[in-house]
Amino acid sequence: MVYKYFDHQADVGIIGEGSSNAVAFQEAAKAMFNVMYDADKARALQTITIKARAEKIDELFVEWLNKLLAQADLKRLVFSQFKVQIEQKTGYLALTGIAKGEFYNEKKHGSKTEVKAATYSQLKVGKKGDRWFAQTVVDV
Amino acid sequence: MKVGNYELKEVKKYTWELAQDSGMNVPGVIFGNKAIMDHLIADVKEGKEWNALRQVRNVATLPGLVKASFAMPDIHPGYGFPIGGVGAFDTETGVIIMGGIGYDVNCGVRTMTTPLTKKDILKKQKEIADELFKTIPAGLGSTGKLHLTEKEIDQVLKNGAEFAIKKGFGRKEDLEFIEENGKLKGADPKAVSHLAKKRQFKQIGTLGSGNHYLEIQIVDEIYDKKIAKIYGLKKGQAVVSLHCGSRALGHQVGMDYTKILAEATRKYKIKIPDKELVCAPFKSPEGQQYYSAVAAAINAAFANREALGHLVRQAFKKVFNVKEKDIKLMYDIAHNTAKIETHKVNGKMKKLIVHRKGATRAFGPGRQEVPKKYRAVGQPVLIGGTMGTSSYILHGTQTGMDLSFGSAAHGAGRILSRREATRRFRGESVVNALSRKGIMIRGHGWKGIAEEAPGAYKDVDVVINVLHETGLAKKVARVKPLVVIKG
Repeated sequence: MVYKYFDHQADVGIIGEGSSNAVAFQEAAKAMFNVMYDADKARALQTITIKARAEKIDELFVEWLNKLLAQADLKRLVFSQFKVQIEQKTGYLALTGIAKGEFYNEKKHGSKTEVKAATYSQLKVGKKGDRWFAQTVVDV
Repeated sequence: MKVGNYELKEVKKYTWELAQDSGMNVPGVIFGNKAIMDHLIADVKEGKEWNALRQVRNVATLPGLVKASFAMPDIHPGYGFPIGGVGAFDTETGVIIMGGIGYDVNCGVRTMTTPLTKKDILKKQKEIADELFKTIPAGLGSTGKLHLTEKEIDQVLKNGAEFAIKKGFGRKEDLEFIEENGKLKGADPKAVSHLAKKRQFKQIGTLGSGNHYLEIQIVDEIYDKKIAKIYGLKKGQAVVSLHCGSRALGHQVGMDYTKILAEATRKYKIKIPDKELVCAPFKSPEGQQYYSAVAAAINAAFANREALGHLVRQAFKKVFNVKEKDIKLMYDIAHNTAKIETHKVNGKMKKLIVHRKGATRAFGPGRQEVPKKYRAVGQPVLIGGTMGTSSYILHGTQTGMDLSFGSAAHGAGRILSRREATRRFRGESVVNALSRKGIMIRGHGWKGIAEEAPGAYKDVDVVINVLHETGLAKKVARVKPLVVIKG
């Protein structure tokens, strides 16, 4: 399990990696929230559920990240732990995810850069060898 | 000149044509000098998968694009469109594109003039910096003083800046000096999701973060005395400029419609060379619905900047005892928009859907859309530099109308990635260096300041010079910051 960043001229590229596409999605979420704050410091005190669906796996990945962003903004939460399940349904993919975190506290979590959205830019979800990766650029 | 698969030719000074290949419907046109072009070419030669030249080319493959895929001199890679990209599409045969508008819908700049001088500001520089920092909600997830209900948000989306004024957050006389008079027609609150509205309940009157800022600037050079006088500018005068957009509502509109347009692209079998160019025929139900949502988000941003303008007036009243009416809105312009405009194409006036992504409208003399006070000389074009350099005020021209549908650059344009900027600069050092130049900064985090360090951007003077020399917009005045509030 690991997350990484890659350079982009105006914004930030994020990559999540793992043993499955679901784990890669989880790791990428960590990468995204750590662009905004010191998210790793957030304790798992609040839990929310995310449901998303899309025809393509890469579009599902963007849906997952954007739904997380909206909930974090709306509820003023910083998320640090994630659990994702992806199922193939007839004609689409369905994601059920859980995010855990705590209410935002500038003193504890700091203030880095607001992420406006996860985008379709440099969007890729795939496998390298036996490991999955999910990457995109987040608009900041 | 052959650059990778691209054929580039300087057809006129600072005007480069990207030759049409078999996939393009029209050529590309980039306005840039050698330094700007070298940077673009280097990205292609280094094999960067994602480069702005390719994006100029990709936009030219979309249906209904008129004349050319244009890029302003602040060009750098964006999402589908390059930043600095302008694309005008036929409203009958063309498309509306997510990447031509982006997530920060109607991120824009407003400049307000004050009766104060540099000397006045310097006397109370710390007091006004602290007061503005306290008064202007900025930073991650900041919330404003206006807490609205969903019904009221619908009013914001329909009426834009007018709503803020009705709530006591602005002045009626400002409306004439906002692009579209602060209220774009065609907005439909029903096209905006409940979630987008909910995220905006407390975000009207907030600055946000990233490259958003508020600055007290001093007019330090006048290039065109006659037009400066018409705009109300004098050498040594203090002005206030702020840069921000539609906040969470605009971001959510972008997120919601990315998905809808991805599906529309498949439904209408539109061939796109880059996934970020998801789009819908403008006349289709999806295209019309997206336009209505974008217009609504544009109005939310106008309301936001109007409310922020009110907070600026209050801070100046408290610190300098300046009457609110004496802080006048010079102009408020929009970036990141798609709007229906009429332009001359092949000698005939034509209705177009003009996308400006990281580009600004720069209408020339005589256009009805320009406030009466400025109509004889063209609209003010406000171009932000970096927090350590200069910003510029230019005016729109007939040349710009003819060349680029009345469009100009929106800023300096980044040359370093945010990560590279934080590797090279430390927030503390940036603040100290600017402090030695007499510029006082207030911000919410060192990292954000390092990302926005002056060295992370192109030389704004070069960008301005290209606009001036090509005639896309002409220089009126230069302003330099004394106080910077970063989001």
